[in-house]
Amino acid sequence: MPDLSKPDQTQPKLAPSTPLNPRRRGIVVGASGGIGAALSRKLAREGFTLALVDYNKSALQSLCDEINQTAGETRALIYECDVTKYDSVPDSLRRIIADLGGLDTFVYIAGVIYFPAMDEFNFNEDHKMMEVNLLGAMAWMSAVAPLFQSAKSGQIVGVSSVAGDRGRIGNPGYNASKAGLTNYLEALRNRLSRYGVNVLTVKPGMVMTDMLKLPGAPKPMLAVKPEQVADLIWNGMKKRKQTIYVAGIWKWIMLVIRHIPSVIFRRLSF
Amino acid sequence: MDITKNFTQLENFGHSLSAPAYLVRPANSEEIYSVFQNAKKMGLKVTARGAGRSYNDAALIGGGIVMDMRGMNAITSWDPSTGLVTAQSGVTLEKLWQTVEPDGWWPPVVSGTMKTTLGGCLSANIHGKNNFKMGTIGEHVVEFTAVLPTGAEITCTPKKNADLFYAMISGMGMLGIFVSITLQMKRIYSGLLSVDALPVQNLHGHLSALLDGAPDHDYIVGWLDCLAGGKSLGRGQIHATRYLHEGEDPNPQETMKLSNQSLPSRIFGVFPKSLLHYFMSPFINNFGTWGVNTAKYIASLRKHTFRQSHAAFHFLLDYIPDWELSYGRGGLIEYQSFLPKETAESAWTEMLKLSHKSGLPPYLGVTKRHRPDKFLLTHAVDGFSLATDFKVTNNNRVKLSRMLQDFDKIVLQAGGRFYFAKNSETTAETTASFYGAETIAKFKKLKKRCDPNGLLESDLYKRIFTD
Repeated sequence: MPDLSKPDQTQPKLAPSTPLNPRRRGIVVGASGGIGAALSRKLAREGFTLALVDYNKSALQSLCDEINQTAGETRALIYECDVTKYDSVPDSLRRIIADLGGLDTFVYIAGVIYFPAMDEFNFNEDHKMMEVNLLGAMAWMSAVAPLFQSAKSGQIVGVSSVAGDRGRIGNPGYNASKAGLTNYLEALRNRLSRYGVNVLTVKPGMVMTDMLKLPGAPKPMLAVKPEQVADLIWNGMKKRKQTIYVAGIWKWIMLVIRHIPSVIFRRLSF
Repeated sequence: MDITKNFTQLENFGHSLSAPAYLVRPANSEEIYSVFQNAKKMGLKVTARGAGRSYNDAALIGGGIVMDMRGMNAITSWDPSTGLVTAQSGVTLEKLWQTVEPDGWWPPVVSGTMKTTLGGCLSANIHGKNNFKMGTIGEHVVEFTAVLPTGAEITCTPKKNADLFYAMISGMGMLGIFVSITLQMKRIYSGLLSVDALPVQNLHGHLSALLDGAPDHDYIVGWLDCLAGGKSLGRGQIHATRYLHEGEDPNPQETMKLSNQSLPSRIFGVFPKSLLHYFMSPFINNFGTWGVNTAKYIASLRKHTFRQSHAAFHFLLDYIPDWELSYGRGGLIEYQSFLPKETAESAWTEMLKLSHKSGLPPYLGVTKRHRPDKFLLTHAVDGFSLATDFKVTNNNRVKLSRMLQDFDKIVLQAGGRFYFAKNSETTAETTASFYGAETIAKFKKLKKRCDPNGLLESDLYKRIFTD
């Protein structure tokens, strides 16, 4: 992985924001995945200048080229970065903000999922999910939050999951990582909203991404396309919402599921 | 020194732009150098900021380090017998004039607001309403010391390190950081000025009055009603002002007292001016400004002469506190063009007509008379300047941007120039066009010498100088 703390001379320089041509700047961590790429394209179309962060360099590069070609100007920069290298986050963040010339929005979408068998406990996979889904988010957000707090502006978007709402029989590790993230985002919101910073928790249900193609993945149910998810997230961002379910129907499904008493829930097979 | 402790959203004067930066407040030359060392280590850019009174991005560097120079704000020596004053760069014009005026002196060049710092004034090489007579502030600098990003502390005078003297003044803080500045003040014999106010019916009359009125006066400034069209295009009022000679003021000791210079904080003695901007905002639109301008023009039709204190005459922008807030959430931008006296009339006629056609007239227009100077990044010409204020809204951004691009073309064609403390949209292309390759190469060579690692960079610099 490259050292992001020092300026990269090959990085294209962005034109600064002016009153009549203002730039909104965003960071998308986990930009090359299904939802990440779709949201990055969407934000770029809405005029954002983006730092695309992911560990998958080649996917990043093609996404970045696509965005810049569509926009007809440099609107995306790429940063190859492993989110589990927590110590390097503050330096990387400082570098990215200097390159972008500011920061208005931070989006964390990086996530991994493994599907254990019903009777399988796999600590290695659980550990990985906690690292990417939760600790990576905490590492980045605890660097971003104080900056937004002192600047008294900004928006943090965390992509959690409906899976964080209850601990189910199928995937304890994933449920734990996303429940942790949901609660972390809520606490962050409670800390930051008084400083004018918006924290948006996104809880997707099933999304037609590569995750659903993994071995052991459940059959798609009410699955939506990543582009639809991106549109809904952008809507939530514009309205400065606190929590959104995508698709919206999951709000009602999860309302029911959240209220299933344990005595019944522990006998169910999902 | 932990330079990343204070990450703050900073704004420009017109509230039309903001950028976050790590804010530090050095107290001396050593701390300035330490900021540079830290910046180099972290790969960050540095910009100095005085009072933040630029209308554009001159004192902003998004994601970089902003050095707030107001921590260095001591007047280190003042000699009322010679009028020489030495001050740190964070001293404001307000502090300066309040120090020298009671002793019978006045800063030779001041801006329209007294809140600016000397470091900022030198960086932009400000002019006043007496530019045709006294030149820019740089022409009254006897000596300055500055810290370069290399750590070197240098002293410059018009003779010593002359190339840097003429480049750092006007250099928008991109070569080094001013630390201490010695200025020559101007003698005054009264706390009052004599102002001749006369109406002008159109742009031709306006510019002729500026041209003809200048030689017999010390200051000249015009208000231009930018909403008037047709035969009245360019109408307004000229204030031609002169110092009182020795003996003209029967009681100079009294008029020079600070209490006679202070701007009143209340209107009619009762209404607090700090609330005034709320009552102005309903008028900051095409119709409201048309009404205000017309009333103002009719009121100005009577030619008359009156006496006014120095502070009241010069610091119009401070007369209504926070007036810039009346422009609403999008803030305001200023577009100022400097044109040779031969081409000014036709160019501004075209520009004002264009603004009327676009439905985007400036709400304020101020004209001045100028003369050229020797500074490297000079904005002055032998001619006039017209400064205009535009309200920025979410709906007019695109249209306004297109119109100002057309303005730029008209100004360049007419041999005009722009001023880096004001315009916020001037591009690198435009800058290269009016300076010419030679001047820019000369500046970049000096930049390389003073700042080999390219540490000093503002958003303005990124905008107007491409590498």
